Amino acid sequence: MNYEIVCGIETHIELATKTKIFCGCTTEFGGEPNTHCCPVCTGQPGSLPILNQKVVEYAIKAGLALNCKINTKSHMDRKNYVYPDLPKAYQISQYDEPLCEKGYIELDSGKRIGITRIHIEEDAGKLIHENGYTYIDYNRSGVPLIEIVSEPDISSAEEAREYAEKLQLIMRHIGISDCKMQEGSMRCDVNLSLRKPGDTHFGVRTEIKNINSLTFIQKAVMAEAERQADILDAGGTVVQQTMRYDEQTNSVAPMRDKENSDDYRYFPDPDILRFSIDDGKVEEIRASLPELPFDKLKRYVNVLGLPEATARQIFKYRKVAEFFEGALAEGAGVKNTANLIVGTIFSNMDTEEEKELFAVRISAAQFAALVKLADEKKINIGVAQGILQKMLDSGKPAEEFIKPEDLVGISDEQLESLCREAIDANQRAVDDVRNGKEKAINVMFGYIMKKTGGKADIRKAEDILRKLIGL
Amino acid sequence: MRAGIPELAKRLRNREISAVELTKAYIDVIEKLNPTLNAYVHLTYDTALKAAEQADQMLKDDDAPMLCGIPMALKDNICTDGLPTTCCSKILKGFMPYYDAAVWEKLKKQGAVLLGKTNMDEFAMGSTSETSCYGAPLNPRNTDYVTGGSSGGSAAAVCANLAVYTLGSDTGGSIRQPASFCGVVGLKPTYGAVSRYGLIAYGSSLDQIGPLTNSVKDAAIVFDAIKGGDKRDQTSVDYDYGSSLAECLDRDVKGMRIGVAEEFFDGINPEIKSRIEEAVKLFERNGAVIESIRLPALKLSLPVYYIIACAEASSNLGRYDGIRYGHRTSSYASIDDMIVKTRGEGFGDEVKRRIMLGTYVLSSGYYYAYYKKACLIRDEINREFDAVFEKCDVLIAPTAPNTAFPLNYKSASPVEMYLSDICTVPVNIAGVPAISVPCGEDNKGLPIGMQIIGRRFDEATILQAAHFYEQSAGKVTGAYEGGAGI
Repeated sequence: MNYEIVCGIETHIELATKTKIFCGCTTEFGGEPNTHCCPVCTGQPGSLPILNQKVVEYAIKAGLALNCKINTKSHMDRKNYVYPDLPKAYQISQYDEPLCEKGYIELDSGKRIGITRIHIEEDAGKLIHENGYTYIDYNRSGVPLIEIVSEPDISSAEEAREYAEKLQLIMRHIGISDCKMQEGSMRCDVNLSLRKPGDTHFGVRTEIKNINSLTFIQKAVMAEAERQADILDAGGTVVQQTMRYDEQTNSVAPMRDKENSDDYRYFPDPDILRFSIDDGKVEEIRASLPELPFDKLKRYVNVLGLPEATARQIFKYRKVAEFFEGALAEGAGVKNTANLIVGTIFSNMDTEEEKELFAVRISAAQFAALVKLADEKKINIGVAQGILQKMLDSGKPAEEFIKPEDLVGISDEQLESLCREAIDANQRAVDDVRNGKEKAINVMFGYIMKKTGGKADIRKAEDILRKLIGL
Repeated sequence: MRAGIPELAKRLRNREISAVELTKAYIDVIEKLNPTLNAYVHLTYDTALKAAEQADQMLKDDDAPMLCGIPMALKDNICTDGLPTTCCSKILKGFMPYYDAAVWEKLKKQGAVLLGKTNMDEFAMGSTSETSCYGAPLNPRNTDYVTGGSSGGSAAAVCANLAVYTLGSDTGGSIRQPASFCGVVGLKPTYGAVSRYGLIAYGSSLDQIGPLTNSVKDAAIVFDAIKGGDKRDQTSVDYDYGSSLAECLDRDVKGMRIGVAEEFFDGINPEIKSRIEEAVKLFERNGAVIESIRLPALKLSLPVYYIIACAEASSNLGRYDGIRYGHRTSSYASIDDMIVKTRGEGFGDEVKRRIMLGTYVLSSGYYYAYYKKACLIRDEINREFDAVFEKCDVLIAPTAPNTAFPLNYKSASPVEMYLSDICTVPVNIAGVPAISVPCGEDNKGLPIGMQIIGRRFDEATILQAAHFYEQSAGKVTGAYEGGAGI
């Protein structure tokens, strides 16, 4: 039987603020266990939280980039539950007054996936199980998170993947998170149920927790949809439960429950005052947002005239797009710039992470200088690719590698100086010419042609030589 | 007559006595009396003597702060770096914070000499200090009676002159009620006037630190020293009080509008009622205008208080799981088992009772019926106080409906115990300041306290009124016999 997938995704994203959400400790990843800690983020008795304003700002950025309405009045709640990685036995989060609400992400098909809400909260510590003991590292405790909850608008595994991919792209572009799924700075929980086509009510849903790659999101949705379909086809009912996706077996299985039933006893945190954000601040943040990635893509195609396939390869990595636009700003041409990035620079980068990081040893200006030589047809594109590779390997500018023989044409100045060189190197021939042996000029032509690999304009060279010799 | 802080400060500056000598004198008395009174639960003589030596150095400078070299004590729920801070709970036995509470940081800088940490109800939950895991402190006025609570040790220490002044904390009356039971002065400042950073939380939206002293003047001096905003406590306010409040105490009460609400006198011991009425008459004779006012929502204060305080407590006390600090059970099968056993062993009955109450009122299905409703009534109580303070400068009420209970008297009936907080809890709910001053004794010779309540951040007026009363009423309670004799 055919079923319709009804799927929503909850995404936790670690914000790239320098300090934690309620104290001054660093948010840096790694570090010796329990070295990025203080009384506040380890929940010592008597300590109190202070809300980091940057966190609020970043969350508003996320909200604006996802077309959300910003709630200018908001507050923090306590979510009470007991777990060893949660030092206060409550997580400071937002319950009924999230910072952002009612946004959307548009898929390539034009379909919009609604964003129900975005709220800010603190991360917990990390449990490390080793030689029969459990250790707790609170370095991550208090790292700021936003939770982005989608509407159950997703109806296929492909849409699920596209939603998460687009979300990742947008968040990276506005610079609020590196969204590294394998490091846990972006984590997705997928809620999924099935229903018969045409049904208006939802089926029983399950939640697949902590999926850590885009591919696994797609695979997990497929696996879970199949599992639920098998149950329904056999006349059974789906049990509402928390599931885990096993990437080894590509299957979904129930997780051991942390608690019998979750009653988080949310209530407003009395330690943190209600806060309001004035409209001016929201507008200021809106104005500070960079061009959003999909606007960029449209501009690359429609305004710059790039083929969509090329534009897609460039726009999706923030640093690549910056490099690309930096080169254009230096006067490099669109087509050569794009092709050299995609063709040559990317051939040095095997993974998505490398492209995201885009650690090139040359500046956009240095790159532009090379591209312009190709634009002006002074070197052909094949030569440019070779030089670019050398620049990437060495970090040195193009002029270090351009040999005269690389030049397609030779400028008047270059030609003139070559002519002077030819005269200096062939005084006998010059004397012969002066003495009426016109053919002796060929010695100098030979010199120039050798130096330029035969690329010099010989008629121009003759004019210059005649003038210099004084004929 | 016992010397107040200004007098001691003068003697220290005149070299009549050094801070070290003064500290030693207090240590001697503590050694003599504390085994009986049990006012202190941790003694910090070594650090006290070192601090006293430093204070003597500081005192060579004429500009040394008023509190420099004055021996004092802190309630056991105020964090002290490297010194025990246990909330008188088994679950925090051996706990030594590695940070100072904001108030202690301030006092330390001013050269204060900390003699030790004072006894209290476990996690400040109680009205007699009998829930302390170290046993109850005894009322120095009559050791068959309780000190009141929860800051009972702080009140007893001041009463018996085992410290010049102490700090307590007040969530529902925990400074004022023991002050009243022991016949000392206790000030509960406006919520936000004093940083709560480093005060181990009970009911976070109600908790406030304040002084217990032997006189109103001393209370004003200590309040001056600890007040002020703190960037580590978002709920603190950097209110501009203008000048030092201790220097503006002398003011006559002519024209002062004093509100008296009959709701505060419902079910009050008649002896206490008549003493308060006499005090009100004294104000009236001196030109104050007495206004009879109504506070109808007052009768709802007790349930509102116990719902909000317990809700917050149930969340605040979740962190005591034996993982990072404090008591941990000795044998367990799993992490869950460890947490359950640790908490079962570590918390006393009253704390468990309030955690359960708080958990219940926050749980889904009951949240709106209890917690949310309590918050709405809290708003209404605030509105009533605001309206009253349009017409009055201060309110006068009893501090407690009764004088000190005999030891072990009420421990059996928690609800009856909760009822004895009726006069103090409305003040915490509204976040306004109030002071308790001695205003006589009952027929058993036990002190009676009068409460003067003011507008938010108007500590000045309640201190002035209290000071006026203290100066005009003369000797209202018998002095404690014994103590440091200083």
